[in-house]
Amino acid sequence: MSILVYAEHDNTELKADTLKTVTAALKIGSDVHLLVAGANCQSVVEQAAKVTGVTKVLVADNAAYEHQLAENVSALVLELAADYDTIMATALTTGKNFVPRVAALLDVAQISDIIDVESADTFVRPIYAGNAIATVKSLDVKKVLTVRATAFDAADTDGSAEVVTLSNVTDAGISSHVKDELTVSARPDLGAASIVISGGRGMQNGENFKLLDGIADKLGAAIGASRAAVDAGFVPNDMQVGQTGKIVAPDLYIAVGISGAIQHLAGMKDSKVIVAINKDPEAPIFQVADYGLEADLFDALPELEAKL
Amino acid sequence: MKVLVPIKRVIDYNVKVRVKADNSDVDLTNTKMAINPFCEIAVEEAVRLKEAGTVTEIIVVSVGDKTCQEQLRTALALGADRAIQIETDESLDALNIAKLLQKVVEEEQPQLVILGKQSIDSDNNQTGQMLAALTGMSQGTFASEVVVDGDKVNVTREVDGGLQTLALTLPAVVTTDLRLNEPRYASLPNIMKAKRKPLDVKPAADFGINLTARTSLLKVTPPAERQAGIMVGSIDELIEKLKTEAKVIS
Ligand SMILES: Cc1cc2nc3c(=O)[nH]c(=O)nc-3n(C[C@H](O)[C@H](O)[C@H](O)COP(=O)(O)OP(=O)(O)OC[C@H]3O[C@@H](n4cnc5c(N)ncnc54)[C@H](O)[C@@H]3O)c2cc1C
Ligand SMILES: Nc1ncnc2c1ncn2[C@@H]1O[C@H](COP(=O)(O)O)[C@@H](O)[C@H]1O
Repeated sequence: MSILVYAEHDNTELKADTLKTVTAALKIGSDVHLLVAGANCQSVVEQAAKVTGVTKVLVADNAAYEHQLAENVSALVLELAADYDTIMATALTTGKNFVPRVAALLDVAQISDIIDVESADTFVRPIYAGNAIATVKSLDVKKVLTVRATAFDAADTDGSAEVVTLSNVTDAGISSHVKDELTVSARPDLGAASIVISGGRGMQNGENFKLLDGIADKLGAAIGASRAAVDAGFVPNDMQVGQTGKIVAPDLYIAVGISGAIQHLAGMKDSKVIVAINKDPEAPIFQVADYGLEADLFDALPELEAKL
Repeated sequence: MKVLVPIKRVIDYNVKVRVKADNSDVDLTNTKMAINPFCEIAVEEAVRLKEAGTVTEIIVVSVGDKTCQEQLRTALALGADRAIQIETDESLDALNIAKLLQKVVEEEQPQLVILGKQSIDSDNNQTGQMLAALTGMSQGTFASEVVVDGDKVNVTREVDGGLQTLALTLPAVVTTDLRLNEPRYASLPNIMKAKRKPLDVKPAADFGINLTARTSLLKVTPPAERQAGIMVGSIDELIEKLKTEAKVIS
């Protein structure tokens, strides 16, 4: 029972979420291989080889994989597929982009966003923005999965896997990379932070998000946002937490000026401790908060920063 | 050029779904239904491309039972030219939906297919990518900007780290993200006009595809409820609780 896990990376660093996906893989079987597809990604390969439980790291280091274009990566995975019973990736934007192609080309169904493994063919996943939890059995010979990283613990990194270099290269040639406009931030990744503080429409504008900065600095927190704050242009899209944005489950989540729509809750309600600051005592966010503070955020945030 | 927009009928996004007592599925009886919000964005994008003169015809298609005609009519009222219902009473896996859509693509030969990135009921995020793979069309998912330029389309995508722009050779499959546009409302005259626009019904069984289920839904349960928390009276109290009770800050 061999399992292929796609490594998420930026050609320099292996994403911490891959360690969680490896844990999910180890719940299915023991022969877990990591695929590193990228360009000049040797440092990623070194990190991948240390992931405990991984027996082999397959490396496709070529310009065709630099931006991990869906057409090229799916063709690569397809060539390797014959050796694997299960193919999986983290449910982040790269995995979500190419994994369904692999499933379709293998003529099997994909099971998205699994949060638990019941057996090698039966998986648990949230549906309807997490308002229902489905147990789904795959009837196909091969399983193609994406994994919700927040539901699994990270694998250790004291292993030493065998590294195998692949020579097959596919460039489909129908899409090309034009540019990236990445958000530069010195703060921890939303997915990796143990504390997240998010602002919503109540913040009123982008300038006011600075009120969260000082608090985030003191707590070592990442900053997130609701869809309303992103749509209004207060902050960039990659800060959106929710059903259709990022899923986070930190030790502490602080929601400021966020009402608590089901789509937002879907992205943060598995946080260990939730704090809500809102001036409306009826705001639904208070129903999921461990600690609620009914207050005007423009008073509460400066006081919180000063007193931390 | 021709644009194909696959749309799905789903629960209204404001409604919180209930799980059936026997845990067989969610209960959708008497639930308010609507076009999947991401599909609405897809229709709007197609209409804007038509208004800009890039697109000549917009075809909307939905796979579902008779009730999805309601959403097809809404899409026609929003500006689509004609509609196709692929009729089935089964709820099909995304792979089978993609295979049916592949047949429609072969028949209609659109230059662009615009889908939603995700259905808000099944939360699959699969169909567009599968369709692109099956048809060999290029793929631009999670689009926040779509610019057609000759035989290419530039798609700006919402990715984990920010934005990424790709140049795709047409024909292409694009899936929509939230920031692509803000859908309009259908006007009353357009709703009336939509009633006379063509809506073809084709049984799914006539497409010659093996539509056997690839997954089986064993059970559906409600999520774990969070324990009710408390209201604190001040910032001091909040900090105290976080330090000594929750122990999440020091
Ligand atoms: C298809 C779809 C997908 C979606 N996906 C997501 C998603 O992934 N993530 C997401 O977040 N949303 C998502 N949404 C949107 C969601 O439905 C809500 O519209 C959104 O979460 C609301 O954001 P908000 O809470 O910031 O704004 P609002 O609902 O407007 O709430 C603002 C809150 O701020 C409070 N407030 C205002 N001023 C102050 C003040 N001075 N001090 C204290 N409190 C104040 C108000 O009392 C209010 O509760 C999605 C919607 C759809 C249709
Ligand atoms: N039954 C369906 N009929 C037509 N289009 C669909 C159907 N199901 C999914 N789609 C399309 O595929 C997109 C993504 O859906 P999904 O892969 O289910 O998350 C939707 O936004 C629609 O554009």
